[in-house]
This record gives sequence, C-alpha cells and structure tokens, in this order.
Amino acid sequence: MGTTQVRAVDEVTLSANAGEILAILGASGSGKSTLLNLMAGLDRPTSGAIFAQGKNLATMNSQELARHRSSTVGMVFQSFQLLPRMTLEENVELPLRLAEVERAERNQRVREALDRVHLTARLTHRPTEMSGGEQQRAALARALVNRPMILLADEPTGNLDSVTGEEIMHLLKEINETLGMTIIIVTHERPMAERFAHRLALMGDGKLMSDGQTR
Amino acid sequence: MKVRDMTELAVRNLRESMLRNSLTTLGVAVGVASLVAMLSLGVGLQELASKRLSRSGLFDAVFVTTQGNFREFGRSRPRTAASGDPRVLDDDARRDLAHLPGVTEVYPDVRFSTEVRYQGTPYATMVAGVPMSGLASGAFDGMQGKFFSSAGADEAILQIEFAREITPQTETLVGKDLELRYAERQALPAESDPSLSAGTPESKKTEKPAAAPGGRTSGEAAAGAREDEGSALGGGFSIVPRQKMLRIVGVVDSEPAAGFGGIGRGRVFIPLQVAEALRATQANDLRDALRGRSGKPSYLSLTVRVDGPSKVKDVEAAIKEMGFATFSLLDATKNIRLVFAVFDVLLGIFGSLALVVSSLGIINTLVMAILDRRREIGVLKALGAADGDIQKLFFVEAGAMGFLGGLLGVVFGWLIGRALTFALNVYLHKQELPGIDVTSVPWWLAAGAIAFAVLVSLIAGLYPASRAAKLNPVEALRYE
Repeated sequence: MGTTQVRAVDEVTLSANAGEILAILGASGSGKSTLLNLMAGLDRPTSGAIFAQGKNLATMNSQELARHRSSTVGMVFQSFQLLPRMTLEENVELPLRLAEVERAERNQRVREALDRVHLTARLTHRPTEMSGGEQQRAALARALVNRPMILLADEPTGNLDSVTGEEIMHLLKEINETLGMTIIIVTHERPMAERFAHRLALMGDGKLMSDGQTR
Repeated sequence: MKVRDMTELAVRNLRESMLRNSLTTLGVAVGVASLVAMLSLGVGLQELASKRLSRSGLFDAVFVTTQGNFREFGRSRPRTAASGDPRVLDDDARRDLAHLPGVTEVYPDVRFSTEVRYQGTPYATMVAGVPMSGLASGAFDGMQGKFFSSAGADEAILQIEFAREITPQTETLVGKDLELRYAERQALPAESDPSLSAGTPESKKTEKPAAAPGGRTSGEAAAGAREDEGSALGGGFSIVPRQKMLRIVGVVDSEPAAGFGGIGRGRVFIPLQVAEALRATQANDLRDALRGRSGKPSYLSLTVRVDGPSKVKDVEAAIKEMGFATFSLLDATKNIRLVFAVFDVLLGIFGSLALVVSSLGIINTLVMAILDRRREIGVLKALGAADGDIQKLFFVEAGAMGFLGGLLGVVFGWLIGRALTFALNVYLHKQELPGIDVTSVPWWLAAGAIAFAVLVSLIAGLYPASRAAKLNPVEALRYE
C-alpha cells in the first residue's frame, strides 16, 4: 500500500523445457504464485521478460494476453474455481465459448477432455454436488479443453485429502506422458513434488533459491 | 465471444439473481410505463382534437356568400360584375361550385323561423336543414334516438333544450309526430306588381330572428334596397301557409355545427333535402324581391365542403375568382400539431424522469453484481476472456434489463392509458356524455419507448461494465 513497492518476484530466471513437469516449491509468500500468474498472463511484470512460444508476455496488450490465456496455457487452481451456477459440462465448455470454437465441435471436445480426466458421469451436476476430487478433475478438463501447450497448476492438491491429491498428481503425470504437455506446478508439498516432477525450483522471498532435477 | 454465447451467459446471469434483477427490470418498466402513459395521453388528446376538428367540418369547409355580405371580406376587393352588382348565389352558381376540383359537397344554409305544433300546442322555433354528411361531424354522437333514415325522410331531430320545452322526459318524444307550419314562397310573374305580401305576420316573424346571425345581413339588404331605389323592381313572391307532419326520430344534446352554415340557432333539424323542398320563406327572399330577382331563387349562403383541410386554400381562391365572398378558418390543425408537440415534449420530460431514476437502479444492480461476481469475472479472464468480453457481457445484461423493462413498461403504460380512458368514460357516462378515447399508443411510441429504455440502460451500464472489465483477475480470483 502507499508507495512502498513489494518485490514479489525478483531477479528470477527460470525456464521450463517442453514436455517436462516443473514444480515450483516455496513457503507461502515466497512469490511462487505470483510467478505462475505472470506465466499465465494474468499479471504483468513491472520489468523483465517472460517468453512463451517465442513471444514476450511483458510487451503484449490485454487482448493478446487474453489470447495467450485462452490458447497457450491452461490453468488449474487450488480452490478449483468452477462456476457454481453451471453444470460440469458447461464449466468445461466455457473456454471453448471464450475461444469462439464452433458449437458443433464443442460437444466432442468437452467429451474428449472429460475422458482424459476419467470423468464421464454426473455431467449435468453442479460443482457443489460433486466431491473435491471430482471438482478438481473437472477443472483439469476445463484447462485441457482448448488443447494448450502448457498447463499451469497452482496448488492443485491444496484443498484435497492426500489420497485424492495423489490421484490428481497421477492424472497430471498421465496427461504429461500421453500428450507431452509441459506442466508447471506450484506447491508447498515437497515430497509430492519430488515424486512427480522432473525438475524442482525452490523460491524464497521472491528469489529463486535453487533449480535442479529431481532424480 | 460470439453474440449468442454472450447472450446466453448474460441471460443466465440475469436469471441467477432473479429477485434483484427482476426488481431492477421492474424499476425500468415503471419508468417506461410513466413515459408511455404520459406520451400516450399527449398523442391520444392530439388525435382526439384533430379528429374532432376535422369532423366538425370547420376546417374543410368554405362558407360562400354573395359579395357584400361580409363587410370585411367583400369590401376590400373590387366587385367583379360589370353592373356593380355582385354575382347571385343561385342554382347555377351552386352547380359551378360543385364542379370545382376538390369539392365534395355544396349545400345551402336553409333555416327559417316558424311554428311547430306538438299535440296541438304551438311552439315558435327555428328549423334548420341538416345535410346527411352532418352525421359524420360528430355533432349527433350520443344523441337519443337515431339520425335521419334517408335524405328525403319526413323526420325531425330536436335540440334538447327545445325538446325540454315540450316535455322534461325528452326520450319519450322519439317516434312521436310533430306538425310543422311554415310559409311557402311562391314566385309571382315578373310583371305583376310586387305586392310585398311579405307584410304578413309570418314573414315578419321570419325576418327578425333570421337577421340575427349578423345584424349586417339585414343592414346590407337595407343598404342594397336603398341603392336600388328608383330602378324597376322585378318579380315578387307570395306567401302561402303550409303544414307538414314530421316524425321525431331523435333528440340531440349538442348543437350541430356542420360548417359555418350550421352554426346557429337551429332547434328543430330536418333533412336538408326536405328543408329545401319546402321552399319556406327565408330572410334573403325579401331582399331578393326588393332587388328584383325573385324570379330566380337565390341562396343566402352556400357551404362548400372540401376534400381535406389542405385544399381549402385553393378552392377558396377559385371561388373568389368566380365572384363570391368566401370565409374559411385557417388550417388550425397545423397549429394544433405544434401546440401538442410542445405538450408532448413536456410530458415526455416528466415521463423520462422516472426512467432516469430507474437507470440509477440499473447502475446500482450492476455494480452490486460486480462485487457478487468478482470471482466469476476472474475465472472468465483466467480462461481467456478479454477485457472487452467482460465489458460486453455487462452491457448485454444492462441492455437486456432495459429491453425487458421497456417491453413490460409499454404494456404497463398502455394499461395505465386504458385505465385512464376507462375512468374518464365512467365519469363522462355519469354526466351523460358520449365516451372518448384519450390515450393512444401508436407503434412508433411503443418502439421508441423500448429503444429509449435500452439506450438509457446501456448508458447506465457504461460505468459498471468498464469497472468490471478493469478488474484485476489475480485479485478477483483471490476474492472469496
């Protein structure tokens, strides 16, 4: 507040290779979520550059950023962020609407995405009628439906019990392997990250502390 | 986002906060209803006024007299007839007038003072001929009984004040017989001495009231007589007392004013054709006799009905060209339109106030909706919605509330108008007056009101929409 500048992310140089699972670890307030939002194009850096598929997000206008969020990246959140008034199907269809995909094609794309997350029943149920695991899988399907290159997951298991969280991580791994999709996960659960990610980046006080392969 | 998807989302959002959005929409509806009710009253009154005026025959009629009858109109222009005498308003002239382009009807003003007897009791009264077109003037609307069955029917309609002189229960008069006593004018051969049998009591009685429409008329006649002094007098006429049975078919409240010729003190109305056939002695007969023209009956005045008020000017000019004096009212409908335009603007401003107030409701509802839907806006943005999409979504919602409110408001406004008309007609009915329609919602008013409601709603949506579009998605997603 006021004129005090808080450097949430400072002097971080990090790159994810195509097809890898990168886990960004850190305590709360370490700047890991801010880093993810910058990659997602939800936030703009005050200085520096973020490249995705050769384009600098820092110089994009809001229209271009919207296109980046729509087609280049897919996002999954800790609290699922499904729209409570829409059914499961409608929630998954929403990115297709925003991307102006033809109606005729939408249904098929929705089925395909739901198949990937093994969610084929309860399509007409609303999020509140589903379990946490089901909701996160629906959110994952929603992130996949536009066939993005990069999946950004912000604490995807944070609101789930350990068994369900494990299921979601297996699902992410499966998607990474079958689709070759780059997945960047922000988490504070180090053991889980070590088991599923190819690479770990450790954040602290907005700075990158370490960056290295898990195995 | 495509329009269809946008609309679907907007409708879904509107349905979600059903109560709040319904109340806001109702607010718009009330605003539009007040606007529509106000303007429908303005439009309705204007329609009523122009309809009444055009039906009254005041603005599509030219009143024709021989030159000299109207000091103001006749004297100012040179007389066309070489002899110095103005052209006579006789049957030839009547035919000529009827052949002018744009003229629909030419009829004389037949009225004479005479005596009628009802069940043996004599009543002095004024009899006037009414053309069949008089029915359309609206003067006979709401009368007791019926209008004349045909142009040649021996029927009479009584003016209510005269009817009350006969009996307070005026409705009992319909269907009864009335005996008309009158003085028939019979022309004498030109060479015979003008005996001026007009000295009989009847004709004296005739002249007095007939002179009343303008003291001028008798004055002119007297002046004319003086001018003609010394010249040889032509034929004359004798007066023969006659009587005729008429059936009373109706009693009328208002005084029929079918053109200027009809303005005046008729108490007993009979079909014009019947009145003409009576050849009853009229005021101008005396003057004609003195001027030596009694061989050829002439008219005191003729009323020329024209095909619409706009043609009055041309027809009037043509008649003046023929050598007659004319009189007509200016096309007052033009001025009436102007007056009502001002009236409508004032009503519209008052009506719009409510709509402006209801637009504040839209702003409030949408700003509340932003707070409510912060997270949703954040999600939409995270999923790829551009600022413009969010802005449009709010716009569509504002527009939809405006459109629905407008639609509903037009219906409400129309109902208010109907209620107003109904209440007024209940009152008029109690006063024994014919019912009228004071409100009108033409299609352009309905469409305009809806369009205005949408426009006002969109303007009201400007601020909330831009605020929603500028929402920071990261903050919005964090919001619980």
